Amino acid sequence: MAAPGDIPQADPALRRAQRDRARGQKRMRWGLLAPALVVIGIFGLAPLSIALVYSFLEPGTYGGVTWAFSPEAYVQFLFQRDIFDDTLGFNGAYLRIFGRSFGLALITMVGTLILGFPVAYFIAARPERQRNLWLFAVTLPFWTNLLIRTYSMMLIVRDEGFLNGALIWAGVIDRPLSIIYTDGAVLLGLVYSYLPFMILPIYASLEKFDFRLLEAAHDLYASRVQMMRHVVLPLTRPGIVAGCALVLIPALGAYITPELLGGGKKLMIGNMIALQFGSGRNWPFGSAAALILMSIVLIALLVSLRSGAKPEARHG
Amino acid sequence: MARRSTKPRELRRQPLFTWVSWCVLGVLYAPIAVLILFSFNDNRAVMSWTEFSLRWYGAALENEGIRNAAVVSFKVAAIATTAATIIATMAALATSRGPGYPGRSAAIALINQPLMIPEIVTAVATLAFFSILRQVTGWTGLGWLILAHTVFCIPFAYMPIRARLADMPDTFEIAAADLYATPWQCFRHVTLPLLMPGVLAGAMLAFVVSLDDVIITLMIAGPGETTLPIYILGQIRRGVTPEVNAVSTILIAITVLMIAAMFTLQKKRP
Repeated sequence: MAAPGDIPQADPALRRAQRDRARGQKRMRWGLLAPALVVIGIFGLAPLSIALVYSFLEPGTYGGVTWAFSPEAYVQFLFQRDIFDDTLGFNGAYLRIFGRSFGLALITMVGTLILGFPVAYFIAARPERQRNLWLFAVTLPFWTNLLIRTYSMMLIVRDEGFLNGALIWAGVIDRPLSIIYTDGAVLLGLVYSYLPFMILPIYASLEKFDFRLLEAAHDLYASRVQMMRHVVLPLTRPGIVAGCALVLIPALGAYITPELLGGGKKLMIGNMIALQFGSGRNWPFGSAAALILMSIVLIALLVSLRSGAKPEARHG
Repeated sequence: MARRSTKPRELRRQPLFTWVSWCVLGVLYAPIAVLILFSFNDNRAVMSWTEFSLRWYGAALENEGIRNAAVVSFKVAAIATTAATIIATMAALATSRGPGYPGRSAAIALINQPLMIPEIVTAVATLAFFSILRQVTGWTGLGWLILAHTVFCIPFAYMPIRARLADMPDTFEIAAADLYATPWQCFRHVTLPLLMPGVLAGAMLAFVVSLDDVIITLMIAGPGETTLPIYILGQIRRGVTPEVNAVSTILIAITVLMIAAMFTLQKKRP
């Protein structure tokens, strides 16, 4: 009688069959993956490489590029070339646009967090059946066309819009406030657009929260505020970090909101990039700005991934 | 002590949070509600209510520009959704069944790549890439737009399909294989029927995302390839018109139906 360990040796045909099967599975697996990898590899990654190449070329007169090497796009970012004597002078205009975008995106992030966290907590603390309903109510705007939502916000904040009408009717003001085409309007639009992005991940990490921990904290004489600060907040940190990243990234690259609610005058990075590919006719500079934006976003993603992973190790 | 008497149920309640939640819900829906309400308003001035009418829906349906844009939108969304759903289903099968293997997490990261890059970057990079391809191949037409939509629809279709597969025990598939089903028979008669709610949910998500896309379409679309959102954007830039309210309401209705259906499908446990 052969011991169990001898079986493979006892039957080389079985071993061959097993090896063939493993090879067949591997072939099938990569065969199934191939279309996705090819399509995204070619039409998702190649364009980024082209943008990198373009950013080192000279702009064509009517858009497009001229195939001659030039680092001008990156130089232009910080400096302005004098038309007459070709000397470089510092130019902070583009840096200011990046700074503005960052400021607006960060305030948006904080605003959505302040509004989003209570909502996520409230939903998680509901009984199961109501929870689904609330979740649906929060998700629905998330999938509704961003353009249409921004447009509906325009209807609210226009000079002759709903908000001014309501305020005048209530007697708070006697003449319409001009809200639209200000930074405030852009901010309002950004918070409105990206609020669900904050609520959903925080809810996801609160969904499995054990509310009995609150009873334990209560038994130890914690006040409501202390419970939030020392029990709920640390345990929802991964959700908060994910939500912040999910809001910050699209807010940084926002195009529609500043375009419509900022009136196209209050530029953010997204509009500036689009402008270079449109009437600006400076594709290399647009490519360079797009790549800089992408690098910033990827760094933000990496940071959020690392700091989101940490508390799990701590709380096990 | 008085505080000892607090009931466990009460503990989780944060009165301030409840109040904030209802306000947020109101703020999320109020603008959309105003938009929908005024799409039924019989008045050019948009903001002052006169009486209920379907006049702007009629005007929108008769508008040649809107009709053409709707045809382009649905054509692009339908083809891109079909392609993306098939590709995503295949990829989901390869990434969630069986033991782990080298390269799997890299493959998943690549599939999700379109989600990780700001849309405006994808839009201009794709424009640069396509302008070269258009020159080299000499091809023009709707194909390019459909291709771009397919790329960013794949990760959206992939998510619910993969989630469904992860929830599905593989016992039925093993039983089928034991009964000498070929891999194709096993997929066709066992896996696919069980996976169908996930596939449909993925397809609906992809359809909504494609139908709603503005930035990428704005950059890539050639002349005569105006989709509904691009048409709406053009109208908004020229000033608010009641016809736009009507078209927007129709688009919102489509989204609501799709997402509601998706929610119901996902709730069905395997």
